Amino acid sequence: MMKKLGLIINPIAGMGGSVGLKGTDGVLDEAIRRGAVPRAAEKALRSLMVLLPLQGELTVLCAGKEMGENALESAGFSYHAAYQPVGSPCSAADTQAAAQAVAAAGADIIAFAGGDGTARDVCAAIGESLPVLGIPAGVKIHSPVYAQSPEKAGELLRLFLTGHTALTREAEVLDIDEKDYRLGILSTRLHGYLTIPYERRFMQGGKSPSPLSEKSQQLAIAASVAEDMADNICYFVGPGSTTRSLMDFLQTKNTLLGVDVLWQKQAIATDVAELEILSYMDKTPAKLVITPTGGQGYLLGRGNQQISPHVIKKLGKQNIIVAATPSKLAGLKGCPLLVDTGDPDADALLRGYVRVSTGYREAVMYPVE
Amino acid sequence: MKKIDRSNKVRTGFHQAKWDEPVIFELSQAGERGVLVPQADPEVQECAGDVLAGLPPALIRKTPPALPEISQPRVLRHYARLSQQTLGADVNMEIGQGTCTVKYSPKINDQLARLPGMAEMHPLQDESTAQGILEIFHATDLYMREISGMDRFSFQPGGGSQAILAMASIAFAYFSSLGEADKRDEIITTIYSHPSDAAAPHVKGYKIIYLHPDKDGYPDLEAFKDAVSERTAGFFVANPEDTGVYNKRVLEFTKLVHEHGGLTGYDQANVNGLLGVTRAKEAGFDMCFFNLHKSFSTPHGCGGPAVGAVGVLKHLERFIPGPLIDFDGEKYCFNYGFADTEFGIGKVRTFYGAAPVVLKTYAWIRSMGPDGLYQVAKTSVLNNNYMFKKLMELDVVDAPYIPGKQRVEQVRYTLEKLFEQTGVSTADVQRRMMDFGMHYWQSHHPYYIPEPMTLEPTETPSKEDIDEYIATLKYIFEEAKADPEHVKSAPHSSVCHQLDESGMDDPEKWAITWRTYLKKYK
Repeated sequence: MMKKLGLIINPIAGMGGSVGLKGTDGVLDEAIRRGAVPRAAEKALRSLMVLLPLQGELTVLCAGKEMGENALESAGFSYHAAYQPVGSPCSAADTQAAAQAVAAAGADIIAFAGGDGTARDVCAAIGESLPVLGIPAGVKIHSPVYAQSPEKAGELLRLFLTGHTALTREAEVLDIDEKDYRLGILSTRLHGYLTIPYERRFMQGGKSPSPLSEKSQQLAIAASVAEDMADNICYFVGPGSTTRSLMDFLQTKNTLLGVDVLWQKQAIATDVAELEILSYMDKTPAKLVITPTGGQGYLLGRGNQQISPHVIKKLGKQNIIVAATPSKLAGLKGCPLLVDTGDPDADALLRGYVRVSTGYREAVMYPVE
Repeated sequence: MKKIDRSNKVRTGFHQAKWDEPVIFELSQAGERGVLVPQADPEVQECAGDVLAGLPPALIRKTPPALPEISQPRVLRHYARLSQQTLGADVNMEIGQGTCTVKYSPKINDQLARLPGMAEMHPLQDESTAQGILEIFHATDLYMREISGMDRFSFQPGGGSQAILAMASIAFAYFSSLGEADKRDEIITTIYSHPSDAAAPHVKGYKIIYLHPDKDGYPDLEAFKDAVSERTAGFFVANPEDTGVYNKRVLEFTKLVHEHGGLTGYDQANVNGLLGVTRAKEAGFDMCFFNLHKSFSTPHGCGGPAVGAVGVLKHLERFIPGPLIDFDGEKYCFNYGFADTEFGIGKVRTFYGAAPVVLKTYAWIRSMGPDGLYQVAKTSVLNNNYMFKKLMELDVVDAPYIPGKQRVEQVRYTLEKLFEQTGVSTADVQRRMMDFGMHYWQSHHPYYIPEPMTLEPTETPSKEDIDEYIATLKYIFEEAKADPEHVKSAPHSSVCHQLDESGMDDPEKWAITWRTYLKKYK
């Protein structure tokens, strides 16, 4: 039986961008005053067009009115509206409530059209409880939970719904502070993770001996990093699902979004700030374990500001262990890893090549810019 | 009668046989027999006594094996039908099997291997009764030395991956003999070399360091300089890599490894574009291997029999897997000497190599001669670049790296433009190619080149064959633009249509034996 699709559109997503507002959070009125028109439904329709051949068999659970219902109606899909938005315009609370309602109604995957803000709302509402996929429609698309285009989102949804891929992986939900951004300050925060589908052609298989899921790849990396750990060195473990699997492998407590501290393979502190990191470094030799963000490949400067330029300079390049799954590196499509700590000297220190741990006793020489 | 129209090269009328053939276990009928063996004469029975009495009791089955019970004609039909449901080398053009070097395997060489004098031999026969085939092993070793510049070959590895494992074991043995084995624990390779260049040394216990290509597609020399150190045991690499791009600076790489005390191993599984052109020794390699079932025309045979002939320079000769075959001036004999030394790696497989494969290789080399081998390289490179040029004229085909320059014996193309324009992926094209009786291969995983397509014509196909393959691809690309759904829902004329692949990554759903299938699904 074909899987059930959930659909949520954040109708106001992308409106701020078209009129130079760098986002729509909190400035919708201004955007409308400047002449912005809703675009998200149109983006969602482009994804739905790819699914048109499945129309007869597909069950779509959606949010009401401009949050999905209208688009499905115009494309000719049959649907069931599992949630009706409270007011107009819709709010973040509507997105969250809609995600919960659509999930509760039995969707196997939820497609949502929006931007980083929408991803945050979906993440807050349903976390990693079921697979989701972003249809890019917002101003800010920093989170790799979004497909590269509405058509590609449609294609991936088609593969997932028809059983051609059942693979999922965790992807970061990143957002910048729009108020700061409008003032010219770029600060990105990691808000959590969503589970997204991906295609098997981006992973092990075919002629290779065994098809490895993203999870097993992460586990292999964890085993390798753990094996090389020394007892007289303190390890700072940065945020990310790859690094979290190291903590899970060591069966020790950890935070998803923060920097944790390991001593003799056990967490001695979690979610530490820059000053705490520096004070540990005064006491013992230290190493840092970090993973780049998916899609864009930021090693530093996106979601891990605790690891400050000062920390980097004090550690030195040789004490930084970089870990990433082969699929994550392949997803960078040949682009280098990026560092943007805000300090040119710290950035320069990391430029050149790093050994990225990609599996059990496996590493890739990868450029950093 | 109407004249048959042959103007269209594309086999739009092809349809594969589909027999809905059950698994052989399902065909089993209790008591049905293929052969009823007659009772021996009482005299013979008396003379032989209880022939099974000598078997150790622990080895005797309590219950008979659960084999299918089925008559001869039903067995024959079963396998004949299955054979019609495959796209074997005798019915399709193997242009689409990039990196596999599937060329024509002359039938006469198969006949030679099936001659009773050959087919009835046993590897445990005394060497005095096997002089002919031992001579052929020895002569083939000499040919391989000439082709590669190496000083000694072993035919023991049963395939390319085992040959790479042998190279890794040789490296380990070599550094053990120098007391450096603990210190040197890294093997460097590239992402466009065969995945076994990483996997096999990994099995041996090495850490693997991968190099990505630079912007031109050559292994990144700057990254390599950062990677190579006193921890480097070896650099195992293919050249040209899967992209068909030849790294002309390979000497700088091998030299750098040697400066740091490491060894160099050349993956020449596919040497088709280089026969008579370049040699492993001159490129600075200490070891190399040839897949006889690729470049030397012996059939691939669905996973065997095969040989990955591994060759080494003098300083590594004492580590090579054995036994080897020597000639003492009068007779050919097994040489166990190297394998039995303190640091020798011993055997990587039983006996001394698949003799029928070595015989076919010998026959092929003899029939080609040195000029013929050089011609193989020239023709396979010409075929490939003819096809490359024709395909690059199509708006949906591209090939990354060194634009405008030719490739060696194969090309890894990208169909990213086709995907962007039509939503049709390389996997869709692969399935659609089957509707025309053609193979098509994408790439090893993960896909570093988006929507990859890897084609390798070899020297075998005629211009007409290559044109047919190109015309078929072109037909599918046009179809993708006009009716993408038809390509995405392919194959339409094949045994199976699309499968639900969602269980592929879930071992709980796998049924790799009949017994498991019954347990999980009945």
